[in-house]
Amino acid sequence: MSAPLTSLDRPNSYIGRSVPRPNAKRLLAGRGRYVSDLRLPRMLHAAFLRSPHAHAKIVSINTEQARVLEGVHLVATGADLAKICTPWTGTLDHFKGMTSAPQLPLPLDRVVWAGQAVVAVVAESRSIAEDALELIEIDYEDLPVVVDIDSAREVGTPLVNPGSASNVCFRSQLDSGGVDDVFATAAHVVEEEFSFGRHTAVTLEPRAIVADYDPGAEMLTVHHGTQTPYQFQDLYSRHYGIPEARVRVIATDIGGSFGMKLHVYHEDMAVVGLSILIGRPVKYVADRIESFVSDIHARDHRVRARIALDAKGEILAMDVHDLTAIGAFSTYPRTSVVEGNQVIRLIGAPYCFRNYRALLEVIFQNKVQTSQYRAVGHPVACAVTERLVDMAAAKVGLDPFAIRAQNVIADDAYPQTSPTGYRFEALSHQECLKRLHAMMDYDALRAEQSDLRKRGVYRGIGIATFVEITNPSPAFYGVGGARISSQDGAIVGLTPSGEVRCLISVTEQGQGTEAIISQIVADQLGLAQEHVKVITGDTEVTPHGGATWACRGAGIGGETALQATRVLKRNILEIAALILQEQPAALDIIDGEVVDAATRQQRLPISEIARIAYFRSDTLPPDTQAQLTVSHHFAPQGYPFAFTNGIQGCSLEVDVDTGFVKLLKHFVVEDCGRIINPMLVDEQLRGGVVQGLGAALFEECRYSDTGQLINGSLADYLVPMAMEMPDIVIAHVETPTADTALGAKGCGEAGTAAASACVLNAVNDALAQFGATINSIPITPAKILKALKRF
Amino acid sequence: MKARAFSYFRADTIDQALDAHARAGDDARFIAGGQSLVPALSLRLQAPRLLIDITHIAELRGVCREGDTLRIGALTRHCEMLTEPLIAAFAPLLRAAAPFVAHPAIRNRGTFGGSVALADPASEFPAMTLALDAEIEIAGPSGSRRLKADDFFIDLFETALQPGELITAVHVPLFRSNQRFAFDELARRRGDYALVGCGMLATQTGDRIDDIRISFFSVGNTPTRVKGAETALTGFSLDAARIAAAQAALDNDLAPPESDEVPPMMRLHLARVLLGRLLGRLGEGA
Amino acid sequence: MSGIGDDMLAEEVNETVRVRFIVNGRKVACDVAPRETLVDCLRNVLELTGTHAGCEMGACGACLVRLDGRSVHSCLMFAVQADGARIDTIEGLSESGVIADLQAEFHRRNALQCGFCTPGMLVNAHELLSQVARPSREEIRDALSGNYCRCTGYEAIVDAIDVVAKARSEGGAA
Repeated sequence: MSAPLTSLDRPNSYIGRSVPRPNAKRLLAGRGRYVSDLRLPRMLHAAFLRSPHAHAKIVSINTEQARVLEGVHLVATGADLAKICTPWTGTLDHFKGMTSAPQLPLPLDRVVWAGQAVVAVVAESRSIAEDALELIEIDYEDLPVVVDIDSAREVGTPLVNPGSASNVCFRSQLDSGGVDDVFATAAHVVEEEFSFGRHTAVTLEPRAIVADYDPGAEMLTVHHGTQTPYQFQDLYSRHYGIPEARVRVIATDIGGSFGMKLHVYHEDMAVVGLSILIGRPVKYVADRIESFVSDIHARDHRVRARIALDAKGEILAMDVHDLTAIGAFSTYPRTSVVEGNQVIRLIGAPYCFRNYRALLEVIFQNKVQTSQYRAVGHPVACAVTERLVDMAAAKVGLDPFAIRAQNVIADDAYPQTSPTGYRFEALSHQECLKRLHAMMDYDALRAEQSDLRKRGVYRGIGIATFVEITNPSPAFYGVGGARISSQDGAIVGLTPSGEVRCLISVTEQGQGTEAIISQIVADQLGLAQEHVKVITGDTEVTPHGGATWACRGAGIGGETALQATRVLKRNILEIAALILQEQPAALDIIDGEVVDAATRQQRLPISEIARIAYFRSDTLPPDTQAQLTVSHHFAPQGYPFAFTNGIQGCSLEVDVDTGFVKLLKHFVVEDCGRIINPMLVDEQLRGGVVQGLGAALFEECRYSDTGQLINGSLADYLVPMAMEMPDIVIAHVETPTADTALGAKGCGEAGTAAASACVLNAVNDALAQFGATINSIPITPAKILKALKRF
Repeated sequence: MKARAFSYFRADTIDQALDAHARAGDDARFIAGGQSLVPALSLRLQAPRLLIDITHIAELRGVCREGDTLRIGALTRHCEMLTEPLIAAFAPLLRAAAPFVAHPAIRNRGTFGGSVALADPASEFPAMTLALDAEIEIAGPSGSRRLKADDFFIDLFETALQPGELITAVHVPLFRSNQRFAFDELARRRGDYALVGCGMLATQTGDRIDDIRISFFSVGNTPTRVKGAETALTGFSLDAARIAAAQAALDNDLAPPESDEVPPMMRLHLARVLLGRLLGRLGEGA
Repeated sequence: MSGIGDDMLAEEVNETVRVRFIVNGRKVACDVAPRETLVDCLRNVLELTGTHAGCEMGACGACLVRLDGRSVHSCLMFAVQADGARIDTIEGLSESGVIADLQAEFHRRNALQCGFCTPGMLVNAHELLSQVARPSREEIRDALSGNYCRCTGYEAIVDAIDVVAKARSEGGAA
């Protein structure tokens, strides 16, 4: 455990302290301001007619009746919007050879998934807009549908994009060399094929946008439920030809995002165009049925993998083939190949071995796009690795803890480079394993399991180590040509009353970004947290930055705030020193008072410095220009990513007659470096774990042979609910990154990364004595009963 | 996801409700709790010209004894099935099923009569009317009638209700001291529609089963009595062999439909498991 | 409303009707189309946006309000059906102070992240604690079984309700 950044018993020491989020109180009172709540003067409502076909030619569109319906203001087709919006393509340069067809807000002549928006109606109410949709006639001509991943790869198969040579979007290979030789001579080889169902984010607030184009000012304002306002400012500017400075994106309260709301959606681009066409604010809120067929999905991987070990159970090599289907397009601007890319690079990451080979194939099909959703690739890589390690342990005759203890990279062996090329600064697998073993009371759990088996009760215990990617540098998107920033900016200023305002580019989705930024600012300046106001999510006022995604808010945004505040403090003390006739170094700030650094004796409140600087600058020495507002940017340097690590465990019970699984308890030991607010970190982990548990047991977007999503409602797509979820016990190891003064890394993906792998291992543990195995997620009663040959 | 426009009429009496339905040329729907109807309207799966609100009709309310039966007014809410003492005393099978009906807020609004009228094959209460040998009391343009639950459920969401008819009450024979009941279901999550559910009511002399009615839900197009299993048990005391015989009889009693998530053979397996467990509990005096 | 007149079946079904409620203790009259759900009426007509629409089919619990003292999904009824009813939303429950202890404990334990599910959670928690003084954790989870939260993993919400239940019964409060 590292020493705290600042002593926790010092006044205003907020780094490392569990304090409630200041901005949560209004949400508790029903005073949130979500985009779906927003009403503007002259605002109209959009609705979209969607394709019932997974792949079809649009022969004709008749909108005459819809246009004349009372209350309808505009009916727009793909052709109407194509006149004002340039197409986009979801590829990045660093993914060599990847292809994807250009996309427009609405299609011109062909639909490529069931649920794709085809025609937009703008009306005085959502109800009237939906009435108008019923009056639109579209003639379709069916085209061959590509649904299944195997048929998508067959030679001579129908093509999702007719101009292309195949349905392959992207192929990538990693090879450290020597893999075949190791497998040929290894004492033990374990091999398995795994499948991971499609699932989706299901944020409780669906996607919501209000686009407001003012033709007089030639200014576009978009109220957008998103994590990444700057990215959208750039995209709306470039695709609609509006100067960037005249595009303002405001991301206020948002009812969940988890990566899902940072992608370009056809409807959202269309709504901007509709507002430009009509010169009035246009609102669109996806309803739940639309969300299921138009939000990005995720996962949908099939991984064949093998692992080679020596006679003593030391891991020697891994060989992996990941096949993933991503829908008809690669998503813009972050693409749909990042998940597969992370799968093949994260497999085996906790372990020390040299020989690794992986092939990634990314395939098009006639379904909605997949793309980045919480823990991108991590759960797939973790489940493949950890299940193989458990299978290997069984083969070698080792306990799951023992094989991991033997093979994880030693805590004192850093820095290390993984065989997939990831550079690890410092991780703590050994310490985490030890902590988990004690926390689970592992030996007692095993004893209980064995007792219960005698009574016909089948408990399973599973563990899974993981590595998480956080604090991404430009190596993530920037190098590929995406205008997605990896740096952040902050403006920190002292108000005339001696309070601090911090405008920062990281954004808030409920994880507590604003809370931790205010903790950092208050801590670093020496001020009570309630005197710090944090402002996020408005491109008009907050400096340009990456915003919040991929676990960068605390690590990069936090460091930005820290550095900016240190500059502000220096500036305040410089003025204080002039007023007090002291050296700045002899002064400090505590609780909003300038004090003698040595004696802590109070000298002057910072409000007095602000008063003098703002209103009585005439009393300061000549040539003094007080700089009580600081603008500061921070771009991560050093390691391309700050990796974190941890381990999870779970205990569950399988009803072998019904195939039902009851989760009993879940355990997490996690190392995200410097912890700013332990309570918020724990809650990130708990929420992340439950998303992983949902994936493990319940969630899957199921499709028919004709490419229809058949469970696209909240009654049919099973999200994890309170009754089925376990209590989650959490402990921490702290290994700060030395790349920043703050030392923080991310924790947003950690819970989701390993939860499903734990459950997979635990279910297999419970079924082991029946000779039944499960290698498919979600683990449904049908799969368990099938494995047990009960029907 | 907004309903097509319709007109709304709140009826104070059954006659008003029936009259309104007729005037709308039967292009109308009665709405009680609306917990299934409102989403169907929002999704535009249904789009009647007129919605007739029957929740203010006093004649449809109340639970009372009427001779050998309990009269459960159609507007009795699911939450009242949990708290009404007469239900607990005289229709304990319904009390046992009630906690499994959706979630608390749905139970606060959904009605017993509405659930039976909708005849969702995955719902608890319609199936329980079969196990209880209940009678459905119906009002319609051509007067009132009563129908055995056995004759009420016809096909998927199809009942013996004629256009313009509504359920006014359900009559359940009073629970007797020589009767036993059991209820359970296998649902993925609390409150979900079950993969398989079952309720049963047995009349016994000592340990011997004189009569048993077993009704399944989520096994086909309608709530389903399993007469082969009932026959296998009638006249016997419960033991492992009898339970096995009843389970085996389900192969003929049930013909679960194809479903992407629960294959027919799996549903049959789950039905056997559930039947075995419930008969086991019945044997223990559940 | 008495017998149905032919005007009730006019071709112009978009005509609005006047409905009256007592919303958060205050008498309110508004004109709504019969097809307008209660949640849309509360949010759009009365501007009480604390009640959220998450699924519009009763599967997520974001739209829960109290109707004549019981939690109901405001997406599963039309505003006209609520004519004459007493409706309490998160705004009213907050202002009256009846859930102040629940709100404080949710805040202290961070039993919310994005906050979109929170009003529905509070409405249901309020109902649970008014019916069962000392619910077990299992009973709390059961009571919340229709309230979806994607952010928290539920445990902090269960903890918060648990603590308030204990505090209320120990403090002898209502």
